[in-house]
Amino acid sequence: MTKSYADLMREVRARIRELSPGEVERLREASPGVVLIDCRETDEWEQGFIPGAIHLPRGYIELNVEAMVPDRSQPIVVYCAQGIRSAFAARTLQEMGYADVASMSGGFGQWKSMGLPWLMPAFLSHEQKLRYSRHLLVPEVGAEGQAKLLASKVLIIGAGGLGSPAMLYLAAAGVGTIGIVDFDVVDLSNLQRQVIHTTDRVGEKKVESARLTINALNPDITVIGHEEMLTEANVERIIAGYDVIVDGTDTFETRYVLNDAAVVANIPLVHASVFRFEGQLTVFQPYQGPCYRCLYPTPPPPELAPGCSVAGVLGVVPGIMGMLQANETLKILLGIGDTLAGRLLLFDALDASFTELRLRRDPNCPICSDAAVEARQAGRPLPAATVGEEAPFILGGSFGAQA
Amino acid sequence: MSVVRIPPVLRASAGGNKQVDVPGATVGEVLAALAERFPSLRQQLFTEEGELNRFVNVYLNDQDVRYLQERATPVGERDTLIILPAMAGG
Repeated sequence: MTKSYADLMREVRARIRELSPGEVERLREASPGVVLIDCRETDEWEQGFIPGAIHLPRGYIELNVEAMVPDRSQPIVVYCAQGIRSAFAARTLQEMGYADVASMSGGFGQWKSMGLPWLMPAFLSHEQKLRYSRHLLVPEVGAEGQAKLLASKVLIIGAGGLGSPAMLYLAAAGVGTIGIVDFDVVDLSNLQRQVIHTTDRVGEKKVESARLTINALNPDITVIGHEEMLTEANVERIIAGYDVIVDGTDTFETRYVLNDAAVVANIPLVHASVFRFEGQLTVFQPYQGPCYRCLYPTPPPPELAPGCSVAGVLGVVPGIMGMLQANETLKILLGIGDTLAGRLLLFDALDASFTELRLRRDPNCPICSDAAVEARQAGRPLPAATVGEEAPFILGGSFGAQA
Repeated sequence: MSVVRIPPVLRASAGGNKQVDVPGATVGEVLAALAERFPSLRQQLFTEEGELNRFVNVYLNDQDVRYLQERATPVGERDTLIILPAMAGG
C-alpha cells in the first residue's frame, strides 16, 4: 500500500509529542538539562538558531545522535523551520530508543516571530570552513569554538625549543593573535629542536623568522613581535590583553618575573621546562590553583639548574612538552576538559613515562595568597625571593620548624 | 626499603643512579640515609644547619611532604620519594 506525505505525517503526529515555542522556552528554563536539536540544513542554521541548540541536520540524525546525546533518557526537543521535519526526526529518535522526545510545532519561524531569543552563528569564511573543517567536526570545538580561537590572543615567551612547537600548532589551530617575546637571533645550534626556524634564517631575528613560518602555515594569524627581554620593567605592558601566556623561557629570572606579573594580571600561565631527557608541565591558573612560587618558592643555585645551552637536551623533549603546552592552551581558550592546574606532569623520555604530582596553593605565597593580594592593594607588596639573591626568610622555611 | 627517585641534575652526585632503594621509617630518615650513602648529595639537599634546602621539593608518591607531616611523614615499604628540583630549560 502506498502512503502519501499526508498519511505519513498523520501517523507520525499520532505517535510523537509536540510542544509550542512558548512551552519549549518554559521547559528550557525549568530544566536546563533538556537538549535542543536543530535538524535544519546548514544554510538555514547560518541564518540564526536557538541559543544552546545542537546543529544536527535531519539527514545525519541516525548517524550522529548517539555520539552527541549518549544518554537515551535525556529529554530532547527537536526543531526545524516549521515543525514538519522535526516531527519526523522526533519519531526517528523514539525508534532509536530515546524516551523523552518532543518536536517543536511551528519551528524556528514561529519561535522568531514570537520574539524569543535566537543567535547568529559565528561567521567563518568559506576558506576558514575548509581550513578548520576537522575542528568543526568535533562537537567540543565546532564553529563557535573555532570563532573563539580566531578571536583569542596567546603570548608565547621565547621562540625556542618549547615555543616553536607550541606556536606552530596554535597557529595551525587558528589562534588569531600570537604574540612572541624574544630578543635573540637564530643560531645554527637552535635548529636541532627549534623547528619554527630554518637554516637559511640563521642570523635573523627569531621573532621575524617565526612570523614567516607562522604566516606561511596560516595567513589568518596576526603575529605581534616583542623584540625585547622580558623584565620587571616591561612585563606588565607586554602581557596586557593576552588571554593565555605560554612560558617557554630558559631562565629562572624570567620565569619568576613572568609568574608574578601573570598572577597580578590574572592571566593563566602554561608552564613547561626541560632538562636533557625530562620535562615538567603544569598550568598556573591565578587564584584558583598554585602559582610558580607556590611550587618553587626560591630558585636553585645556578649549578643545580643549568639551561639547555649548558646541559643539552634531546630535541624531541621540548617538542613534546611544547605541544602539550599548546594542548593546555587550546583547552583553556575553548573552556573544555580538565587543565593541569594543580597537577605537575613529569615526562621521562628514556622510560617513555609520565608521572603526575599534586600541587597546592601555598597559603603563605608572597604573590598569590590572600595576604599577598591585600598587601599589594595596600601598596606594600610582600617580599619574594629573587634569582641570585639569598632569601634567608624562606630558606630553611617550614622544614626547619619540624626538624 | 623505599624507592627514592633522583632527578637528573643530582644523579652525578648519587653514583649515576636514577633511583635508589633507601631504608628509613620517615621522610627525614630516608633522606638522611641517602645523604650518608652519597655524601656529595648532602650539600645539595641540605643547608649547613642540616635542613632541607628550600629549592628542593620532596614528594611522597604524588603528595608534597610540605602538606603532609614534612620530615616526620611516615614512609612505607612500597612508597616512592621523588626529589624534584626546579628546572629552567626551555
